[in-house]
Amino acid sequence: MRSSVIIFPGSNCDRDMDVALKKFGFKNQMVWHNDKSIPKSDLIVLPGGFSYGDYLRCGSIASKSKIIKSVIDFANSGGLVLGICNGFQILTETGLLKGILQQNKFLNFICSNVFVKVKDKQNKYFKDLKKDVLELHIAHNEGNYFCSDDELKSLEDNNQIAVTYCGEDGAENETTNPNGAIKNIAGIFNKNKNVLGMMPHPERMIDKYLSGEDGSLFFKNILDNFK
Amino acid sequence: MEVTETVAIDHGLKKEEFSKICELLQRTPNLTELAIFSAMWNEHCSYKSSRKHLKKMHTKGKQVIQGPGENAGVIDIGDDDAIVFKIESHNHPSFIEPYQGAATGVGGIMRDVFTMGARPIANLNSIHFGSPQHKKTRNLLRGVVKGIGGYGNCIGVPTIAGQTTFDESYNGNILVNAMTLGLVNKNKIFYSKAAGLDKPVIYVGSKTGRDGIHGASMASATFDDKIEEKKPTVQVGDPFTEKLLLEACLELMADNSIIAIQDMGAAGLTSSSVEMASKGNLGIELNLSEVPCREEKMTPYEIMLSESQERMLIVLEKGKEDHAKKIFDKWNLDFAVIGKTTNSKKIELIFNNKIVAEIPIDLLAENAPIYDRPWKKTKLPQKLKFDKDEFKSLKLSDCLKKILSNSNISDKKWIWDQYDHTVMGDTIQKPGGDAGVVRVHGTNKAVAASVDSSALYCFSHPLTGGKQIVCESYRNLISVGAKPIAITNCLNFGNPEKEKNMGEFVECVEGITEASKYLDFPVVSGNVSFYNETKDKGIKPTPTIGGVGLISDYQQMLTMGFKTEGNLVYVIGKTDGHLDQSIFARELLNEKKGPPPTVNLFNEKNIGETVLDLSRKNLIVSCHDVSLGGILIAVSKMCIKGKKGIKINTLKGLTNKYEYFFGEDQARYIVEIPKASLKKVNDILTKYSVHFDELGTVNGQSIEYKDDINLPIEELADAHKYWLKKYMDS
Repeated sequence: MRSSVIIFPGSNCDRDMDVALKKFGFKNQMVWHNDKSIPKSDLIVLPGGFSYGDYLRCGSIASKSKIIKSVIDFANSGGLVLGICNGFQILTETGLLKGILQQNKFLNFICSNVFVKVKDKQNKYFKDLKKDVLELHIAHNEGNYFCSDDELKSLEDNNQIAVTYCGEDGAENETTNPNGAIKNIAGIFNKNKNVLGMMPHPERMIDKYLSGEDGSLFFKNILDNFK
Repeated sequence: MEVTETVAIDHGLKKEEFSKICELLQRTPNLTELAIFSAMWNEHCSYKSSRKHLKKMHTKGKQVIQGPGENAGVIDIGDDDAIVFKIESHNHPSFIEPYQGAATGVGGIMRDVFTMGARPIANLNSIHFGSPQHKKTRNLLRGVVKGIGGYGNCIGVPTIAGQTTFDESYNGNILVNAMTLGLVNKNKIFYSKAAGLDKPVIYVGSKTGRDGIHGASMASATFDDKIEEKKPTVQVGDPFTEKLLLEACLELMADNSIIAIQDMGAAGLTSSSVEMASKGNLGIELNLSEVPCREEKMTPYEIMLSESQERMLIVLEKGKEDHAKKIFDKWNLDFAVIGKTTNSKKIELIFNNKIVAEIPIDLLAENAPIYDRPWKKTKLPQKLKFDKDEFKSLKLSDCLKKILSNSNISDKKWIWDQYDHTVMGDTIQKPGGDAGVVRVHGTNKAVAASVDSSALYCFSHPLTGGKQIVCESYRNLISVGAKPIAITNCLNFGNPEKEKNMGEFVECVEGITEASKYLDFPVVSGNVSFYNETKDKGIKPTPTIGGVGLISDYQQMLTMGFKTEGNLVYVIGKTDGHLDQSIFARELLNEKKGPPPTVNLFNEKNIGETVLDLSRKNLIVSCHDVSLGGILIAVSKMCIKGKKGIKINTLKGLTNKYEYFFGEDQARYIVEIPKASLKKVNDILTKYSVHFDELGTVNGQSIEYKDDINLPIEELADAHKYWLKKYMDS
């Protein structure tokens, strides 16, 4: 499976994502934000970081960058686009995903392990995933997902909520919500479920010496579904 | 403006220093020249009070590639890999403006490291605040933590360990010490020594603004009531630009275009240009009209003194200008050829086609004043005679809970949750352990780092205190299975013009030197921060040691949490029960006098090597050093981290349980031993002639000792984990 990771000025999880993708067998290449086109890919990843310094609003300047038109075209033609953390913020700014990511409820940056519940498995990311609850890692200041009532209803009606913050046992409530996100939302899909944005970082959880290994399941599953 | 003695004094120079300048120049300097002298001759840049004593430090070792004197120290970790590291203070600005002060502290130290060609791989910090009850403490802490996080998180370098303390002596002067480690190929290290004539001098990075003017002078003076007025001397950081600068510099460093490179830190363009020329024994000519400025009508005076952040000065190979410019254009950074190296051995400044300053370099560097300040020895205080009958009214379990929730012992998760500690995907020991550990990317090696200081011990007896911190750092590295290699130090002290403060400095340095020599743990970099004093009240002497060690196979790393039920727990090293200066004495007896625990360097080394041997042979499965609070605190942390209890044995020949459990004797570790390894462990301990106590067995979910203690781990964890969060929320 061929993948491309886009580097924006200020991206800082681009290398981590490259390492993770290659570890599981993706043929990955790095693409500079000023390039006009993206090499032939089966998956495009917008990595975490602080693209353009998060100036104006997180992700907003990146959503107007030169490369982004190719990303949007790719998504609209059904290609898989994955946005992690700042990548999720960029996807909401482009309009590919609904809603916004506000500052965390307690106004602090949070770096911590979290559990997320996989809410939908009818998609190329989570289909046949053996676990329902994954332990992943968050590191963000603006991860508090919010959208209008109508948008929320349509997300729910179309099963577009991908993952929600929960406890180890899967309980979704206020105490298992690290940032105040509406309905504990940690990640969502577009309508066709080829575009996924999520705040947690699977690429930081890819071997037992790191914070955990559930990120490995995520990457392997994408590959398995592609075969 | 006409330059007079009064003007010179306003610039922080002493009367005698001004006469010396006039004498050396054989004329009165103009205002720009005076500013350059004031920037180079202040304490912060010239080390004029400390240099004499720093020279005695132990700075050499088999693995040392670069000792003090460069942007950072460099050590060899094998296979052509080298670690570049340094710690630096940003105390004065952080007290005036905590967010920006702390943020630019982190930015500055990272620049020092990547200036040498290294990619930063880990950040650490040591931060010290006034009493929790002091009205400013909460806001200063919040601002500093946000500033450190705001900068480090954005650059994408993990913050892997730190230290936070509270003491009333910091009420008027907080301390913010930031440390960075970087990884470099040992054949591709860049230095600040200029070489060759007529080579282009390049300015890259952010534009120059009016922020931070006189920053270095501000950091070389004590505070008074009017510190609010000093806000404009605090620099403003932009981590995004620094991230671009980091990537652009590393890209340019991939080939051989750079002759010398120096970041513009304290005293900005002045010190960076003078240092490069001075090290190369050259002259330098700068055309200030070419310097990219953020604001209009900036004068040569302002341009030379600005401490705007995220700027670098480079001496480039001739003909490489276009190649270099392309890289900086790609990263959207300013790039300007602003001068050249010359054989004049002078710094010559041109502005609007006129020479505006001309000073021989040696007057600014070698001829800067050096002071042999008078100092006073601190006598070893007499050991206290505790009334042991008084202890009897204290329940062991109450003492334990009280100490666990003490501001200086309690868990600091509230802080490190705000630092990205996992970015770069190599953090294998997070904050909260004895040391942070990151893998050397793509290898089996890992680097451990820790920051330590013990102001209470140093205040009581600086010589012992100085030795003790080096040993503490050594132990913290060994506790995670790392071989200690070298240290960096940040020497935070009061006013050197006072004999007592100067004496504290001299004796702490002596202690550090003695211990680092004995333990073969050399000092490779560091900085000195004097004048941490407000309205005549100085801080307790607070030298901070940043230690770095190597784990050759990261699978051998140790953590402190108990692992398996039934395993045995030993205390390695002898406990005499030294309670003077302990948390127990302070917290439960309200007793602040007495000497710090004695440091026996032979024991430190022998016991340290024993524990390292045990870990290399995979005979122990967890390890934690015994420090502040004593054995019971150490063992509680191991229980909390491992979510497992311990049954403590009835100890033979115990004279006083309070002394045993809360004494702060040095050179001790607690280790967890699987039953199958026990014989081998005992043999090794005998071979090294090391004292050990069989403390107990990993067991259940409580900590138990005879009828005295029976506390569930959860109750211990509650006492330990929430003090800081509750404090910050209240």
